[in-house]
Amino acid sequence: MPFIPHTEDDVREMLAAIGVADIDALFDEIPAALKGGAIPGVPGGMKEMDIARLMNERARMDGEYLSFLGAGAYEHHIPAAVWQIATRGEFYSAYTPYQAEASQGTLQLLYEYQSMMASLTALDATNASLYDGASALAEAVLMAVRLHKSSRRVLMPRSVNPRYRDVVRSIVSSQGIEIVEVPFDARSGCLALETLQSHAGKDFAGLVVPQPNFFGNLEDVDGLADWTHAQGALAIGCVNPVSLALLKPPGAWGSAGADIAVGEGQSLGVPLANGGPYFGFMACRQALVRQMPGRIVGRTVDADGHPGYTLTLQAREQHIRRSKATSNICTNQGLAVTAATIHMAILGAEGLRNVAAASHANLQALVERVLRIPGVRRLFSGPVFHETVLGLPRPAAAVLAHLRSRGILGGHDVSTEYPEFGAALLVCATETRTEADLDAYAAALADALAS
Amino acid sequence: MSIPADLKYSDSHEWVRLDADGNATIGITHHAQDLLGDLVFVENPKVGRKLRKGEECGVVESVKAASDIYAPIGGEVVAVNAELETAPEKINQGAYQAWMFKLKPADASEIASLLDAAGYQKLVEAESK
Repeated sequence: MPFIPHTEDDVREMLAAIGVADIDALFDEIPAALKGGAIPGVPGGMKEMDIARLMNERARMDGEYLSFLGAGAYEHHIPAAVWQIATRGEFYSAYTPYQAEASQGTLQLLYEYQSMMASLTALDATNASLYDGASALAEAVLMAVRLHKSSRRVLMPRSVNPRYRDVVRSIVSSQGIEIVEVPFDARSGCLALETLQSHAGKDFAGLVVPQPNFFGNLEDVDGLADWTHAQGALAIGCVNPVSLALLKPPGAWGSAGADIAVGEGQSLGVPLANGGPYFGFMACRQALVRQMPGRIVGRTVDADGHPGYTLTLQAREQHIRRSKATSNICTNQGLAVTAATIHMAILGAEGLRNVAAASHANLQALVERVLRIPGVRRLFSGPVFHETVLGLPRPAAAVLAHLRSRGILGGHDVSTEYPEFGAALLVCATETRTEADLDAYAAALADALAS
Repeated sequence: MSIPADLKYSDSHEWVRLDADGNATIGITHHAQDLLGDLVFVENPKVGRKLRKGEECGVVESVKAASDIYAPIGGEVVAVNAELETAPEKINQGAYQAWMFKLKPADASEIASLLDAAGYQKLVEAESK
């Protein structure tokens, strides 16, 4: 809280009104033994101007890094208008108001958001968003199990973001759902249909298909969706929304399309901020919509025939269905989604396509430069979006430390999560990187490996 | 509305009619649809599913509530009323005509143990007190 309005006189007056000697007396029901007392190392109060100066100094110590780090959160240009509009008083609320008679603006925005995401994923329906990409994937797993009815096992490729797999396991394991990890092909870094064959005819409710996968690689989404449907299971796409401007959308995968698509929405107008708040999106086929969790805004007409917006299909939700609800998710990421909606509206389909194409081109240009450095190789040879895994002749941690000393965040060290890769780095380049940035990265990497 | 004398009833407000072919036709009562209000969605069990008496096997959803449907007797689902998928309001228009599904009873004596019209009338009266 940057501003506390109560003067000492105000506080004294309020305490006198309720007949209490001091503020500490308000907390006297807490036993003294449980009170922490003074915290060593935390200094006393400071003046506003002094604290601003101190914080600015500390912020400068963080440095301004040139980032080639992706691994689930991506730096994209956000037009200045996006947050200027999103933080207007009409939108900037700590709570998303859902009351139709008071919130037509917010509800219309959420409806527009849903329409944009449905169009991007080529699926029929989307909800008003979930907390983030990882928890959205967990919700998709739960949804697939509810829809399948007879199996409580879901196949999860190891090429899905390790953090997502951890979150999914945390959320679903206590509900008696088994996550079966599926290996990826060591050469292609993608799921191989031959590997999946060992699960053919076995009991599972769905397969998660990451596109692009954690390594940036593009999966055979058509083959995987068709194989999954042939097994009577649900195909769950876990997708990067920016990539969908170029790649085949989940609704068009294979002969029937994915059943559910989820992903992290951060790259649509939400700045990188220590892991969040971001937002998750979720889309599905119309026939499955009653098993979709979260809020859904619908368009209708009022008593006079004028168009209006309201929450719909609420019988799925816990305030109506209690323990039978599709999920305990009864909210959405209102502000982040507001920004994403404005971001997509400003960029338009062509703008988003340009962002995706420029990101892909920059990654290609980066790879071309670093492959000239002795010992640097691509771990997988297939097509990628804007991220790829580089094999290095030295441990990635040491290389990253060197790059950091040159003001560069050089990527994500994947050797802990995937020890079989040896020294390996997941690097990303978006449209925000310039030729000079790419040159700087290649030069710093060459130095790091030579030293 | 009078409660048809030729049907049997569960205390969870389903009606059951024993058909000439030995199958049991099942729906929800007029009283149940009246409490729910305008129905907007009906989910029936899949044909071929074997149900135990009292098992949850479907959902009826109205503009104000969603309720589970329980199998009033055990048996295998042999047919479902597909018309309700697109026209759930048929149940509001005529609860005893708009059947939901048919079961091949596992044990026909279970039907006899259900409430008759008079018994169901008493249940409705008791619940509305």
